Amino acid sequence: MDILMLFAIGLLKAAIVVFLVMLPGAVIAVYSERRLAAFIQMRLGPNRVGPFGLMQAFADVAKLIFKEDIVPAQANRFFHTLAPLIAVTTTAALFAVIPFADYVMIGDTRIDFTVAPNVNLAILYILAVSSVAVYAMTFAGWSSGSKYPMLGSLRSAAQMISYELTLGSSLIGIIMMTGSFNLNDIVHAQANLKWNIFYQPLGFLIFLVASFAETNRAPFDLVEAEPELVGGYHTEYTGMKFGLFMLVEFVHIIIAPCIIATLFLGGWQPPIPTFILNAIGIQEGSIIMALLQLGSFAAKVLFMMAFFIWVRWSLPRFRYDQLMNLGWKVMLPLSLINIIITAVVMFLLK
Amino acid sequence: MANINTNTRAQKMTFWERIYLPEIAKGLAATFKQALQPKMTRSYPEERFEPNGSYRGRPVLVLEESGERCVACGLCSRVCPALAIEVQAAETLTRDKERYPEKFEINMLRCIFCGFCEEVCPEEAIVMSKDYEMIYTNREDAILGKEKLLVPMAQLQDRLEYLRSHQYYEPSATA
Repeated sequence: MDILMLFAIGLLKAAIVVFLVMLPGAVIAVYSERRLAAFIQMRLGPNRVGPFGLMQAFADVAKLIFKEDIVPAQANRFFHTLAPLIAVTTTAALFAVIPFADYVMIGDTRIDFTVAPNVNLAILYILAVSSVAVYAMTFAGWSSGSKYPMLGSLRSAAQMISYELTLGSSLIGIIMMTGSFNLNDIVHAQANLKWNIFYQPLGFLIFLVASFAETNRAPFDLVEAEPELVGGYHTEYTGMKFGLFMLVEFVHIIIAPCIIATLFLGGWQPPIPTFILNAIGIQEGSIIMALLQLGSFAAKVLFMMAFFIWVRWSLPRFRYDQLMNLGWKVMLPLSLINIIITAVVMFLLK
Repeated sequence: MANINTNTRAQKMTFWERIYLPEIAKGLAATFKQALQPKMTRSYPEERFEPNGSYRGRPVLVLEESGERCVACGLCSRVCPALAIEVQAAETLTRDKERYPEKFEINMLRCIFCGFCEEVCPEEAIVMSKDYEMIYTNREDAILGKEKLLVPMAQLQDRLEYLRSHQYYEPSATA
């Protein structure tokens, strides 16, 4: 295959991921967020638009498109417009390295279910790209020329920097066990139900909490604490620019479960040992195998997404000092302890 | 500022409460249980709320077979705290009922559904109905005249029975 062909396939995959994973994912996230919230509050939730209210997200978007796009007089127009674009781009870019399934062989051609297969520093890529997202919020807050967005964005910057450390160091245990930063290798190492959650329970817990903070979800949604900050960093946004921030927020509860599922829940590995699959004639690289892998990955992601929503509607918001205490005095030491425990156990088992 | 460092509730927490996680699990269990409870809301236009006799909805005039009950005494208009009722009396030709309301208007923009009109009425002629769907697209429509206020007695049985079983005064012997 020449380089042009590779480029074309990559572009096609990117388009498929954006239009068949990210946007429908956001739609599912919007719907399930609103419905689950309603159920927890003993309400019915949106059930008007389409069957069971399934078209609610499309109605929301249609409304936002027809809204006037207002840039406040005090705002810096360039950065005000740039911020939602950065937010969307960085979030969409995270999907590039997520392995949705292994691969299929069509004839002699091997097609990987990853936009960028075998990136050997995929974990670092995820951490790096997700930390760029803080610029979106900082720009949005600063360029709005209003005090509430400013406060929200300052909080977000502090919060993301504090939790990024923990996020990274909680993964070192996995990287030590697998010996690779490559997400495909990490998923392959979790075959036969050897999921990392069983080997790294502390690491999983820390990563889970840190990813709540990183995605600015409750109980760490200080960035947009409605009672204190009106709407946080997107207070001064209207129309589709606001819609983009909302899209990002809902894509976050798709992408964070994707990363958690890949790293800790066995990624696309079906919860059936490989020898059973081989015994019933499902071979690696076949289309049935790929569908099975896609299905189990989707199931894991949807389960984690429901968990994210469930947590949001259960726990009250942290206070800012509690957030910082938890991040620096509890989570970071715990993640370091996790590294030491992993190292000691690995040394003893060698 | 004296007690800024003495958070007694935080000091009384046990070890398990301090590490949050069991408490978080308890909270999650509570919300999960809540999600399985029957819903408190309903799909409104399809599933309607059917009030019982004690419900104070739109005030209406009772219409018997022989005609309206109202004798246009004007007590409801007098007692109305929101000044929503306007009554104009006229004479009848019959002897048993000498007056009738020539004009009876309730301004639903003013009505506060207190039920004083019903309470004060000596003839049980104005009662609160079960109607809670009051939609008006302009102010004129919200002023209801007699043609909209008169409701056949059969439709008001629940309320009339409720009123009789909850009377706080002796019905006058001469009524």
